[in-house]
Amino acid sequence: MISLSSHGLRSSSDPSRRSFLITMLGAGVMLGYAKSTLGAADVMLEALSTNSARSAGDLFEPTIWYGIDPSGTVTVNIIRAEMGQHVGTSLARIVADELEADWRKVKIVTVDSDPKWGIMVTGGSWSVWQSFPLLSRAGAAGRIALIEEGAKLLGVPEQTCTARDHAVHTGGRSIPYGDIVARGNLRRTFTSEELEKMPIKAADKRRLIGRNTLAEDIPSKVDGKGRYGLDAVVEGMVYARPKVPPTRYDSKVVSIDDSAAKRVPGYLKSLALDDPSGTVPGWVMVYAETFIAASKAADLVNVKWSSGNAVTISEADIQKRSAELIADPKAGSLLVDDPGVDAALASAKQKIERTYTTSTVMHFALEPVNALAFEKDGIFEIHTGNQWQTLILPVLAKALGRSQDKIVLRSYLLGGGFGRRLDGDYTVGAALAAKAIGKPVKMVFTRADDMRFDCPRSPSTQVVRMAWGDNGRVTAMDHHAAAGWPTAVMAPSFMPKGANGVPYDPFASQGADHWYSVGAQRVRALRNDLAEQTFRPGWLRSVGAGWTNWAVESFMDEAAHAAGADPVKFRLGMLDGAGRNAGSAPNSVGGARRQAAVLARLAEKVGWGKPTPKDVGLGIATTFGQERGMPTWTACAALVRVNRTNGHVTVEKLSLVIDAGTVIHPDSAEAQVEGAALWGLSMALHEGSEFVKGQPKDTNLNTYTLLRMGDVPDVEVEFLPSTEAPTGLGEPATTPVAPAIGNAIFAASGARVRHLPIRPQAVLAALAPGS
Amino acid sequence: MTTFDLNGKTVSVQSPDDAALLWVIRDELGLTGTKFGCGIGFCGACTVHVEGRATRSCITPVAAVAGGKITTIEGLDPAGNHPLQTAWLELQVPQCGYCQPGQIMQAATLLKDFPNPTDQDINAVMAGSVCRCMTYIRIRKAIKLAAARMRGDTSHD
Repeated sequence: MISLSSHGLRSSSDPSRRSFLITMLGAGVMLGYAKSTLGAADVMLEALSTNSARSAGDLFEPTIWYGIDPSGTVTVNIIRAEMGQHVGTSLARIVADELEADWRKVKIVTVDSDPKWGIMVTGGSWSVWQSFPLLSRAGAAGRIALIEEGAKLLGVPEQTCTARDHAVHTGGRSIPYGDIVARGNLRRTFTSEELEKMPIKAADKRRLIGRNTLAEDIPSKVDGKGRYGLDAVVEGMVYARPKVPPTRYDSKVVSIDDSAAKRVPGYLKSLALDDPSGTVPGWVMVYAETFIAASKAADLVNVKWSSGNAVTISEADIQKRSAELIADPKAGSLLVDDPGVDAALASAKQKIERTYTTSTVMHFALEPVNALAFEKDGIFEIHTGNQWQTLILPVLAKALGRSQDKIVLRSYLLGGGFGRRLDGDYTVGAALAAKAIGKPVKMVFTRADDMRFDCPRSPSTQVVRMAWGDNGRVTAMDHHAAAGWPTAVMAPSFMPKGANGVPYDPFASQGADHWYSVGAQRVRALRNDLAEQTFRPGWLRSVGAGWTNWAVESFMDEAAHAAGADPVKFRLGMLDGAGRNAGSAPNSVGGARRQAAVLARLAEKVGWGKPTPKDVGLGIATTFGQERGMPTWTACAALVRVNRTNGHVTVEKLSLVIDAGTVIHPDSAEAQVEGAALWGLSMALHEGSEFVKGQPKDTNLNTYTLLRMGDVPDVEVEFLPSTEAPTGLGEPATTPVAPAIGNAIFAASGARVRHLPIRPQAVLAALAPGS
Repeated sequence: MTTFDLNGKTVSVQSPDDAALLWVIRDELGLTGTKFGCGIGFCGACTVHVEGRATRSCITPVAAVAGGKITTIEGLDPAGNHPLQTAWLELQVPQCGYCQPGQIMQAATLLKDFPNPTDQDINAVMAGSVCRCMTYIRIRKAIKLAAARMRGDTSHD
């Protein structure tokens, strides 16, 4: 079951309507939420009491979050994809801390898709935030049950017992957890009321949370043993490489000529796929005994397609459409719709309006998408790395003409997620290829195939206005954001409705609904239909907040200068925590004042206001990460040097201050911030592509340029200490970097840039007199 | 048929002469630690050693290494304890990890050529190795850590 809040898609993390079940299964004990909104198993605890004659194992398939075996090994099941966040380590430590487990006896298992896990999605920087309330209570429930049963076995009242170091202790005696499982009879349920009052440890009693450990997934990533989707094999498989059609949706196969391919040793055949789900229309699959042969043959197979309008569409057309939509006051969805915006603008003593744009950005996960698919014992198995199993399973069911319970996604390490693998479209091609040939098929994309079939970050256009009234007071802000909407295309039912009743994509608008108090505020999101006809917009690291903040935070800098104010003081004055920006428990306690705190600390840290050398400038930006419902308070300063002769920008240093609430695993948290911030830099200066006649212009590293070793500046990261609810860390640090750089360029040179990526030509143009 | 030495063992493969060494190693010989990223030698994920030199296996025809000595991530150290690997673990370098075998193989030849590498040496030699997770900061630190240990430890040449 999924619940939809005004902040978008998420599974509920409210455990209040759930009970917790501990039961013996086989020789071990299993612990899990029953009737969970995260785990959708329709298991009623009542069944245990009313049907006690039957064994628990027969009656239940509870949502099993972890188990303890008689040797004491705690196995924690991880439903999140491992794609570099070391998520298993963080989640297991939440359980282990409350359980008073010995970390050395904790094992992590990444599970395959199964309805019992409920929603399987790894994205939005949600994993720790969503899981913390559940897993900490789950750990505490296990601790209590072990104490109760341990006390019985020790023959003492449970009040005399404590749990510590994987054992229950009383007056100098103790019994290890394994022995309790082996000798005791652990059956325990907790009502939803008990769960709500579950005694979660005070922050100062934590032994694992907030402390470093070596991440469990790393050893296999330095010796070549880690298994990624690309490494999956099965007996009897053949290889396939697709011929990706000239447009995403509107191409039909007219003819296939494989006469030249037949000379390739190992070539088998080429087939046009029939896809009832409409995910891979116009695909031709080229099969061979090896990938080398499949790839070579695919180059030689000549397919003729007929295509629709999309082959005529280029980046400028898409951006023009965004501008048209913004110009139409009736279009779009209103996320924020205060009365009085137009009146304030009309009567303003001063006002400014600016337009910001961003180009198409490619995911370029280093492992090109791929999947191994085959049918075994009536089940269709898809072996691949994927971020949103629950989203693609119904699509696979439609494509294959079978029910979802006859399809399983086997989990592997992901050679990069970044949102690309939230869209499991590639699994559909592999599954149909296997079905069509009646054999296991390992489908591998070349890099160019991967790029042409990517679901890139849509180009965007934003118009932002601000009005000032008497005494320099900000009276209104008006923000219009237009782009292709990933959620509209891939998961439309997860779009909440705006104030005017029109659905909006939270992942193509959040960020614009900022925490500044600006008087009357309007935020309007516009869906670019032309973009969506041309390509499949994707969720890309930091999603909408990765480009809405380019506008918000560049604009705040421009507005401060327009008002003759210091950019830091200007922001702090509006981060007052008033009204809707006050924040609320549990996720945004303190509200905008916490954003002010990270900004103030950053300003202090970087010596804001100190003079900089000629052509060097310091720029700042601050964001709340991904979404208001889960704010990760973030501030970034960029120190840049501008070459006035050639327009080249060198980023010398990035400084970040973050308040993410409770930090579970500090070293991983810092790694995520480092990586996310450098993604922000890469997208600001190095990346960016464009659509040309329905196709992304860049299909490989010969023209698509990513940040490389020599481009990396000094990066300093500081987390503000906090015991508030943990929020997300995978993406927030991406969001302030580009505007911090843009603002620094202005500080260094007076050149104001309003388009991402920032190219030297644009800096030169902005430096030109009269610009 | 092409014969060469792979991680100390003589192997003979049936792949055609123009087959990329990467796919021969991965698909015919079953060693999957070497990764496929771009296929044009621009990302470094496929880096192996040919006669001790970092080589992009995705653009190296297998016939070109006939009789040669190839080392992959699996053969860099028999126990996976090359100083670079232990430094990588200690500093928790990998995120998704996909590029890291290639990074480590590239760094291994870097340290042969520059036992005490400067930042500029690292920038120059590692420029061809893309990390999409952007773990560059830790890669640099780990290279320096391994270099320091290797200089102080005469058992490694």
